[in-house]
Amino acid sequence: MGHVGATIVADKAQKPIAAVVESLAAAKCFSNGESGRNALPEAVAVDRGGRGLDAITPDDHRALMARIAHDQDRAAFAALFGHFGPRVKAYLMRSGSDMESAEELSQEALMTVWRRAESFDPKQASVATWIFTIARNKRIDAFRRLNRPELDPEDPALTPQAEPEPDEHLDEVQKSKAIQEAVKTLPKEQAEMLRMAFFQDKAHSQIAEETGLPLGTVKSRLRLAIARMRKQLKELDE
Amino acid sequence: MTAVTAYEMRGQEPTHHLSDELLMDYASGALDEAGSLFVASHLTLCPHCRARLQALEAVGGALLDDIEPVSMADGAFDAIMAKIDAAGSANENAAPAEAERVVDGTVLPAPLRKYLGVDLDGVQWRKKGGGVAVAPVPGMGPEANAFLLKVEAGRAVPQHSHGGNEFVMVLKGGYSDASGHFGRGDVELADDDVDHQPIADDGEECVCLAVTDAPLRFTGKTGWLLNMFVKM
Ligand SMILES: [Zn+2]
Repeated sequence: MGHVGATIVADKAQKPIAAVVESLAAAKCFSNGESGRNALPEAVAVDRGGRGLDAITPDDHRALMARIAHDQDRAAFAALFGHFGPRVKAYLMRSGSDMESAEELSQEALMTVWRRAESFDPKQASVATWIFTIARNKRIDAFRRLNRPELDPEDPALTPQAEPEPDEHLDEVQKSKAIQEAVKTLPKEQAEMLRMAFFQDKAHSQIAEETGLPLGTVKSRLRLAIARMRKQLKELDE
Repeated sequence: MTAVTAYEMRGQEPTHHLSDELLMDYASGALDEAGSLFVASHLTLCPHCRARLQALEAVGGALLDDIEPVSMADGAFDAIMAKIDAAGSANENAAPAEAERVVDGTVLPAPLRKYLGVDLDGVQWRKKGGGVAVAPVPGMGPEANAFLLKVEAGRAVPQHSHGGNEFVMVLKGGYSDASGHFGRGDVELADDDVDHQPIADDGEECVCLAVTDAPLRFTGKTGWLLNMFVKM
């Protein structure tokens, strides 16, 4: 059944991930996303953006985006580029791109960031999430040569949100911070499984093949990753 | 045409939603074009799943931020700034003008209208008999199928055998089967385990978007909707 999961039929084992994420979306527990952010992971600090501008936290990213959108601030863009360029490149390489096309596509993705800066809406997503969607779409376009149908926010057929649910006082930035925090604290091998499931067009059986791990191990690590993220979010609440 | 307008239909939100697997594959970019069309069409009609997608994309953002970086080539930043300067005022913020004039009363979600080139009232149907008609959605590539299915009010869709996965979403009217009632925006996955005998609601024709998995992946058997489609 190697084909299962390749297209619209996903491995059932993916289910818990999204279920957790949904519970994250609904959770009202992580209003204090800043707590526990005292020690920055080294990998992030190493390539902090140049010219005196930080590009470390989601708040930094948002401030930089505001300067890019309003003032076409090149120093701000250089800092954002310094942070996200190498990450987009790494993401593309993880997705099976060779070094050369990863370089080219990540440059294109960052050019799109500059050009579409005004359309970035901080209420809808963190900068990292927005750039992820840009990079993902570049990848689909370049390597799979597929169109990616997307909803049109101006569509007259769009069913609007009825009314803001009372629990939705958490904005996307706060949710993103909480999710980011949870991802950072995952044990390495669990985070790795999550990345493989998320970044690559691979069914769990293919992940097992590639890593040489038994399928059961792949699935249980993903389950552990999710349980761990859930626990982390609960702790943020307390 | 019946008197039900898109405006009236807008009041309802779907109660049968996309699976976690589908949404996750859409968020990560693993989903094929037909599947993505299906998801995007449902998202148009479903605020709940739009929120779920946002959370999944935020996981993608968190993983991206957390990834082990790979250095860019020397001079990469200067190179793209040079390109940006050379392109002058070319501005991707300005969306290309929408060729289609949208009006109130639009029934089909925009992603679907783009592929069909028309709204529901312009669809060319092929009658299948038994009160059933179909219309293919073009441009899905050789391995995927997406089509509209129309069933007259009160009619049953003919009995069929299963062999694969079919995703069905109601666009107009509604139907009932063993799993309950399905109205506009509601999604059903019909697979081997489901004894699927949908009967369209009385009083209004039922129009659905159906997407099937790649035919080659059915290992010799074909799904009932696909079957109906290829036998036309
Ligand atoms: Zn939904």
